[in-house]
Amino acid sequence: MMNCNELITDFLADYVDARLDEETLADFEHHLDVCPSCVDYLRTYRETIALAAAAGRDVRPDVDDAPEELIAAILATRR
Amino acid sequence: MDASEQLETLVRTHMPALLRVARRFMRSEEDARDAVQDAFVSAFRSIDKFESNAQMSTWLHRIVVNACLMRLRSQKRRPEEDIEEYLPRFAEDGHRIAGHESWTESADTLLERAEIREVVRNAIDQLPDTHREVLLLRDIEELSTDEAAEILHVTPNAVKIRLHRARQALRTLLDPYMKPLTP
Repeated sequence: MMNCNELITDFLADYVDARLDEETLADFEHHLDVCPSCVDYLRTYRETIALAAAAGRDVRPDVDDAPEELIAAILATRR
Repeated sequence: MDASEQLETLVRTHMPALLRVARRFMRSEEDARDAVQDAFVSAFRSIDKFESNAQMSTWLHRIVVNACLMRLRSQKRRPEEDIEEYLPRFAEDGHRIAGHESWTESADTLLERAEIREVVRNAIDQLPDTHREVLLLRDIEELSTDEAAEILHVTPNAVKIRLHRARQALRTLLDPYMKPLTP
């Protein structure tokens, strides 16, 4: 059976992307059945991806998204 | 509408999205604005090729990402931190040596807290540049593995390895902040 190190280091990313072959997937899921620590790691790894995506794309309303001076500087390069 | 008016409309239409992308990559507002200017100057050289607006957005997105990466590389880099210290640790028998393990709230609940969003952005900025770039391209800008590999001039396998390590390191950096709020 694969151990925690192999599951996390070698197979976790492909598992999250649904890219494991059938045999490896069965081995991976068998390990999860008996290892709460890896279940927890998988859950928090997925949460990390969701947090990065949402916080990274956060639009901050207090920041000017179309500064006039920048628009003017860009247009000036064509004149 | 004459050519200069068309150009101004184009800049005004695409500026907000491009500036938001640049702010994610660059660590200062000044650098983000410079990268957007670089991107438009570069785009103006071959703008005539484009007719559809949808295609234009994708093309400009790629150009501003490239402009940001070029600027990051031209800047004096901070010494690249070793990502190993943020990766999970394992005992000799392969068992993981656990950390705080206190993530009791879902990502959706956590994201309602403004300070958590700031913590996440700061943690992403702490990643070594080579890993931060891959995380930004794949998990935030949503480029495919092959697209990220092409833009970074590395193999798709290198992108996959860096992304996995970047996510693991980010998880470690977030771990201390993921305790539930006490009433």
